[in-house]
Amino acid sequence: MTRLSSEQIKKIADAIRVAVTDEEAEKYAAELSEQLKVAGELQDLNTDEVEPTTHGNMAFHNVMRKDEPKHTITQEEALNNAPEHEDGHFKVPAIME
Amino acid sequence: MNFETVIGLEVHVELKTNSKVFSSSPNGFGAEPNSNISVIDLGYPGTLPVVNEEAVNFAMKAAMALNCDVATDTMFDRKSYYYPDNPTAYQISQDEKPIGENGWIEIEVDGETKRIGITRLHLEEDAGKLSHEGDSSLVDYNRQGSPLIEIVSEPDIRSPEEAYAYLDKLKNIIQYTGVSDCRMEEGSLRCDANISLRPVGQEAFGTKTELKNLNSFAFIRDGLEYEEKRQAKVLSSGGEIDQETRRYDERAKKTILMRVKDDADDYRLFPDPDLIPLHIDDAWKERIQAEIPELPDARKQRYIESLDLPAYDAEVLTSSKALSDFFEETIAEGADTKQASNWLMGDVSAYMNKHLKELDELAITSEGLAKMIKLIEDGTISSKIAKRVFAELIEKGTDPEAYVKEQGLVQISDEGQLKEVVSQVLSENEQSVIDFKEGKDRALGFLVGQVMKATKGQANPPMVNKILKEEIEKL
Amino acid sequence: MSLFGYTIKELEEKLHKKEMSVSELVDMSFDRINEVEDDVQAFITIDEEHAKSQAKQIDEAGYKKEGLTGLPVGIKDNIVTKDFRTTCASKILENFDSPLYDATVVQKLNDANAVTIGKLNLDEFAMGSTTETSAYKVTRNPWNLDHVPGGSSGGSAAAVAAGEVLFSLGTDTGGSIRQPASFCGIVGMKPTYGLVSRYGLVAMAPSLDQIGPMTQTVEDNARVLEAIVGQDKQDATSIAADIESYTKSLTEDVKGLRIAVPEEYLGAGVSEEVRESVMNALKMFELLGATVDKVSLPHSTYAASTYKMISSAEGSTALGRFDGIRFGVRSENADNMIDMMKNSRGEGFGEEVKRRILLGTHVLSSSNYETYFEKAQKLRTLISKEFETIFSTYDVVIGPTTPTTAFKIGDDSIDPLVKKMSDILVAPVNLAGLPSISVPCGFSEEGLPFGLQIIGNHLTEGTLYRVAHAYERATNHHKKRPMLGGANE
Ligand SMILES: [Mg+2]
Ligand SMILES: [Zn+2]
Repeated sequence: MTRLSSEQIKKIADAIRVAVTDEEAEKYAAELSEQLKVAGELQDLNTDEVEPTTHGNMAFHNVMRKDEPKHTITQEEALNNAPEHEDGHFKVPAIME
Repeated sequence: MNFETVIGLEVHVELKTNSKVFSSSPNGFGAEPNSNISVIDLGYPGTLPVVNEEAVNFAMKAAMALNCDVATDTMFDRKSYYYPDNPTAYQISQDEKPIGENGWIEIEVDGETKRIGITRLHLEEDAGKLSHEGDSSLVDYNRQGSPLIEIVSEPDIRSPEEAYAYLDKLKNIIQYTGVSDCRMEEGSLRCDANISLRPVGQEAFGTKTELKNLNSFAFIRDGLEYEEKRQAKVLSSGGEIDQETRRYDERAKKTILMRVKDDADDYRLFPDPDLIPLHIDDAWKERIQAEIPELPDARKQRYIESLDLPAYDAEVLTSSKALSDFFEETIAEGADTKQASNWLMGDVSAYMNKHLKELDELAITSEGLAKMIKLIEDGTISSKIAKRVFAELIEKGTDPEAYVKEQGLVQISDEGQLKEVVSQVLSENEQSVIDFKEGKDRALGFLVGQVMKATKGQANPPMVNKILKEEIEKL
Repeated sequence: MSLFGYTIKELEEKLHKKEMSVSELVDMSFDRINEVEDDVQAFITIDEEHAKSQAKQIDEAGYKKEGLTGLPVGIKDNIVTKDFRTTCASKILENFDSPLYDATVVQKLNDANAVTIGKLNLDEFAMGSTTETSAYKVTRNPWNLDHVPGGSSGGSAAAVAAGEVLFSLGTDTGGSIRQPASFCGIVGMKPTYGLVSRYGLVAMAPSLDQIGPMTQTVEDNARVLEAIVGQDKQDATSIAADIESYTKSLTEDVKGLRIAVPEEYLGAGVSEEVRESVMNALKMFELLGATVDKVSLPHSTYAASTYKMISSAEGSTALGRFDGIRFGVRSENADNMIDMMKNSRGEGFGEEVKRRILLGTHVLSSSNYETYFEKAQKLRTLISKEFETIFSTYDVVIGPTTPTTAFKIGDDSIDPLVKKMSDILVAPVNLAGLPSISVPCGFSEEGLPFGLQIIGNHLTEGTLYRVAHAYERATNHHKKRPMLGGANE
C-alpha cells in the first residue's frame, strides 16, 4: 500500500468538487494513508471464490413502479429553495469567469 | 499509405414512457422549465429512485428488436460526475449487467448486406439542460430522469456511408417497436461517434477520436468524412492522433477540438445500493417478445413475397414505419396494392418532402387515399381528375367520393354523349382534321385536348381517342 | 412531573382517563426542555408553537387511544420533515427550512398522531460516533455532562435519556442507534434492513442505513417500531414482511432460547465492568431457562475495515447532491460554476465529512475498486454467511453493545483497541442487514451506563423484543435516571 500524497488528495478533491487548502490536503493525505494501511488487512483473506454483497438485502428483487405520471411539486416551490433563480430556471455562475 | 476506417457509434434514444425512469414525474418534451419535476428529480436529500416497469419493458423490447441477448439478471450502477445538469452528481446507469448484449442489425450499402454488431444496450436516466447566458448559466431539470437507452455498436462500421445506413436502420427498427419517436431535432435520438484509422491489413485499432454534438444523420456522415480525411493526413505525414473529443462545426464543415481525454475521466461506477437487482425470467421475456411487432426486414420480405411488390417498392415503403403502416391501412381499405404503393412513394412522398412534413402531420387519411384509388380503378374519375381530387385530399382531407359528386367530376363514358361533343369539336377544327389525315399525329392530341376541355376534363380519355378516330374516318 | 418513569402505556391510560390532556403532556416535554436543554444540547431545531398547536388540536378533537396519539417525539435531524428545517447537523443545509416532503416514517408518525417536538442533533450527516462532528453543537451525556452521548444518534439518545421527549427516532448505519443507546442508558433498536422505509432518511451509506426507535423501555420500543414499519413503494429496498405484533411478543418467556456468545465480542478492548455485566446477564438468561454457548465469528474482526470501505464509498456518492444549486447554502466566494461548487462544498462540509468522502472517492476509483471496495463487499458476504450459520443453530447472538462507557468530550486519545472493538460489536449487524437491540445492562463505577446487545436473524424483531423484555424485567437498570451531573454543574 503506497502512501497518498497531498497532490493526490487535491486531485481527488477536485474530482468531487471540494475545495481543500494545502494544509488540509497534507493532513488528509496522512490520515487517509493510515486508514488505507489498516484496511490493507482485508488483503490477508483469500476471497477468490466469494461473491460481493452489493445491496442491503440481496435475497430480494424486482421492485418496480407503474408508469403513472403525476405532478408533485410546483416550479415555484422548487425555485424557492434555490440560492438563485431566474425565468423559471435555477441559476449558476458561468463555467468560466 | 492506404488506411481502413473503423467507426463505432453510441446512440442514446429517449423512451416515450408516460413517466420518468426513476420517479413519477411526467416524461415529455416542451413543458415549462422546471415544471415536470419532483423532489426525486431534483436530487433532494433522502429521496430514493424506484424503477419504472414500463421503461424496463421498453428497453427489453428494443434489445430484442436489435437481436440482443436479454439479461436474466440486471442491475443499476451509479456513474459519478459533477456538473449542474446532474442533481445527484451521479447518473443512474448500467455498467456490468446491461439489459441487452451481443446484438446486431443488417444494413445495405451499395447493394451489399452487412451485419453490424451491437455490443450492449442499457437503460439509464437523462440529465437536465444547461443554457449559457452571459455571466451565468440556467438549469432546467425537466429532462432529468427521462428514460434513455444507450446503444453501443461494435467497431464494425467501415465508412461514413455505413454509419449513415446503420443509424437509419437503427432508428427505423426502434420506431417500429414503438418505444421512441427517435426525433433528432427534439433530442430523442442522439449520437456520438468514435472513429480511427489503421493501415490496411493491420489488426490493431488506431487511436480514436470521439465526435460529439452531431445534430443530424447527414452531419454525422459529413463529420466522419472530415475526420477520416483529417486523420489520414496526420498519419500520412508521420503524425499521431490524440485521443480527444471533437465537435463538428456544420457551417465551417470541419471538426474542432473540444477537449483531450485524460486519466481523470473516472466515473467510479459501482452498483447503486438504492436499486435492488432485477431478475428477468423467461415468462417476462416471452411476454415482451410477443409484443414486438413485425420489424422492417420481415415486413419488406412479406411485401415482396405475399403482396407481389417490386423489391424497390418494398424497401422504400418499409424504410419508415409511418409510411408502411399507412400503406397497410390503405390496402386494408380495399385499394389496389401497387396503386397504393405508387401514390405513397410518388405524390404523397413528394408532398411531404416539399412541405417538410411527416405523414402524421398531413390531412390525408388512408381511408381517403383508398377511396380515391378505387374511384380511379372503377373508371369513375380520370387520372387527370384524380390529380385535382388528390390535391384536395392531401391539403384538406376532403372525402374523394363526396368531392367528386359535389364538383360533378364523374368521368363521361357515355358513347352517345361523347359522340356529340366529338362532332362539335371536329366541325370547329377542320384544319386539324386535315393535318391528321396528312399524317400529322400531333393533331389528334390537340383534338383530344379540345374534347377534354369541352367536358371539363371529365371525358373518358381512351374512349375519346377511339371515337375521334372513328368519326374522322367517316369524314 | 416529568416524562420520566412513564411508559407509553401508562401515559395513554392517563390521557384516556382524562387525568391529563395532550397539551399538558406536551407541556411536560417543554418544561423539561426548558429545565435541561441548556445542559444537554440535544436539539438543533425546536418548534414549540407547532407542537403546542398540534396538541391543542388533538385535545379539541377529543383524545382517542390509538396510534401514538399525543405522545411527544423527537426526530434525528437527518430524517426529512416538511414542517421543520432539516440540517443533518451540517452547515450546508443551514437554510433548508422547507424540504417540501416528509420522510415515510414522519408521515407514519403524523398518521399515528404523535406530536413532533423538534429535530435532534447528530454527527454531521451521521458521520461519527460521538455527535461531536455536528456543525451546530456538542450534545452532552445526561449521565455525565463531561461525556459524549455517543453517536451518530447522540441527540436522539440524550433527549430520551434526559426526559425531554418520550421517544425518538434514530438512524443506524454502523451502530449509530445502539451505541448511543448504550452510552445513554436507553433502549435502541436497529431493525432488519428494509423493514423500515428509508425514504426521507438522508443517506450516509444506503446499503447499511436503517431507521429505528429509541425509547426508555423495551415495550415502548416495540410500540414505536410497530407504528413505523411496513413496505414503502417509494423505497425499492423496503421489504414486504408479515409484520407480527411486537407488543404481543413481550411474553418474558425465554425457556429453551439458544444463545450464542461470540468470543470475538468479549476480546481485547472490552472493559472489565462491561465484560462482567454481560457475563452476569448471560447467567441470568440461563437461570430463566435459556442455553448459552460460546461461538466464533472470525470474520467479524474485519468488520471495522469492511465497514469503513463500504460506508465511505457509498457516502462519497450520497453527498454529491449538495452543490449549492437547488437547495442548501451556496458559497459567496466564487465567480464561476466550478469554484461555486467547490467552495460551497468545501465551506459547507465539516472536516470528518470531507475526510470520509475523500476516502470513499479514492476507494471507488477504477484503480482501487477491486483492492478495497469489492474486497470489502466480499468480506461482507463472508460476515453475512457467518451469521447465517450461527442462526441455523441459535436464536440470538448476545454480547456487549459497546466495549466501554461513553468517552469524555474531546477525548482524542481513545485506545485503538477500544475503537476497533467498538466497530466489531456493531458494524457486522449492518453489513449483514440483521436486527439488533441494545438494552441497559449496567453502570460503571463512575455511574455511566452501558448496554447489552441482542442480535437476531432477519425479521426476528419479535424475538429480540421478547428476550430484551425478559432481561429488562429481571433487572433494574432501566429504572435509574440520570442526574445531569458533571463538571458543568
Ligand atoms: Mg443523477
Ligand atoms: Zn449514456
